Amino acid sequence: MGMTLAEKILSEHAGKEVRAGEIAIVKVDLSYTQDGTGPLAVRKIEEMGFKEVYNPQKTVLFFDHASPSPRFELSNDHAFLRDFARKTGVQISEIGFGISHQVVAEKWVRPGTVVIGADSHTCTGGALGAFATGVGSTDAAVAIALGKVWLRVPETIRVVVESRLPVGVYGKDIILHLIGKIGAAGATYKALEYAGDTIESLEMAGRMTIANMAVEAGAKVGIFPSDEITRQWLESMGRPEMFQRLSPDPDAVYESTVRINARELKPTIACPHQVDNTKTIDEIGEVKIDQVFLGTSCNGRLEDLHVAARILKGKAIHSKTRMIVTPGSHLVYKEALKDGTLGTFVESGALITAPGCGACVGLHEGVLGDGEVCLATQPRNFLGRMGSPKSFIYLGSPAVAAATAIEGKIADPRKYL
Amino acid sequence: MKGRVWKFGDAISTDDIIPGRYFYLRSNLPELSKHILEYDRPQFAGMIAPGDFIVAGKNFGLGSSREHAALVIKLNGIQAVLAKSFARIFYRNCFNNGFPAIICDTDRLREGDEIELFLEEGEIANYTRKETLSFLPLPPVMKRILSDGGLVEHVKKYRDLKLTT
Repeated sequence: MGMTLAEKILSEHAGKEVRAGEIAIVKVDLSYTQDGTGPLAVRKIEEMGFKEVYNPQKTVLFFDHASPSPRFELSNDHAFLRDFARKTGVQISEIGFGISHQVVAEKWVRPGTVVIGADSHTCTGGALGAFATGVGSTDAAVAIALGKVWLRVPETIRVVVESRLPVGVYGKDIILHLIGKIGAAGATYKALEYAGDTIESLEMAGRMTIANMAVEAGAKVGIFPSDEITRQWLESMGRPEMFQRLSPDPDAVYESTVRINARELKPTIACPHQVDNTKTIDEIGEVKIDQVFLGTSCNGRLEDLHVAARILKGKAIHSKTRMIVTPGSHLVYKEALKDGTLGTFVESGALITAPGCGACVGLHEGVLGDGEVCLATQPRNFLGRMGSPKSFIYLGSPAVAAATAIEGKIADPRKYL
Repeated sequence: MKGRVWKFGDAISTDDIIPGRYFYLRSNLPELSKHILEYDRPQFAGMIAPGDFIVAGKNFGLGSSREHAALVIKLNGIQAVLAKSFARIFYRNCFNNGFPAIICDTDRLREGDEIELFLEEGEIANYTRKETLSFLPLPPVMKRILSDGGLVEHVKKYRDLKLTT
């Protein structure tokens, strides 16, 4: 009997064959935390009595949520984490260097590995063919200290996406459509595994957007086969030696299969206050927008900024709205600066903020007030997430974000492309 | 130990349990705990008596991995969370911190009911409504973590993960 991608990777890391439903203790190749979950993880490591970590080279503490710190309490947390790094030799990714999930995809994540992160969007690494999953601070602490984690091997839902994506429709629309279809708990405890010709030709940025939002359907991982596009990505990041081709067995056993015809997809929006509350752009009606936010681990990549800049080039942002652009990492920021993308945003009247999670967390850099409405490219729109519990968050693609910034209301990007 | 039921709806996220705007209080847990579920029920922290239960609908704890959501529930003296289903990271976080998340038919529990949880038997006694609710036994791995007092205590005891047979 063949194996799914999840079963293959977990069997390899458990040192024995494991199947869906079994509990496995697996080796962890990379562990990381962010500044909101790191301090608690470090306290748990200390509570367990560990003075050193399993592999300092494969442990990274990210400073991305409060980047730079807007409050002294968080500066104290940062100092606490830096001190732990000095004592144990673990890696630090400083303020401004970017969102954990983006940076690990650039520097660390490899196909076929197990990645544990104390952040729910760790599943982004599934785009590179890794079993990457989010956990709480205690599980991350154990992974950091012991180099292992316990997991229930998930059943897999196969998602087959076929035919050509229409103009103006992106990875974000595929995943919003899927979540709208199966629901916010549609894949709870399960793996989502992607296949089909649309997926095969989808570039890494689109794959990362889709993998990132696996958790919004409740999934443990959203995993892609590792193929030529994976190889090209690793090569472009200067680490071609880390490539390994990986696909599920042809006779792997799936719990179910969901089929999506890409040709029928339209720009898709998640409406307040749940990610599965989706509508197509044609159904959305008139929704005036106070703030447009482009960025996050979901859509803060160079390709995302390019899509938005292409629409915004030579146009001004609507007088009754404002736009915030937050590159996902230092590398994205540098490249977008070099190729003129950031200049296009500035000319249009957008504000560029430091690489990091930015406004998505409701902490700084674009906190919403009472009654305000935001169109964001982030993965989540829960009540009060970006500030006031009386504000409203709509989710869409970078193209929708750009068209919306021009019109001051949720707008269809297809007429600009 | 008996406790009373505090009832919540479906899809209560970790942002509901402890909003992101209190991010800066995460290293000050007593202060953070005062804001538990305040969007759904203002001043909730002040109403909870030790041993009470949070009872909810589907997909409780979805969203962010913040373990602080499970921690503020524990620190407010809640003895268990009962729901029709849980999001996976939150579910692990509860057991890791030494308190159970129980999947059961919560439609049969009402706000203010006085109940008692019998983990081994897989039963919930509802003294107000004079009935007993049963639930599927906990997975062995969750039982083990719970009986060791949480994952930190488990690792302190074994210096390893001893969760599979």
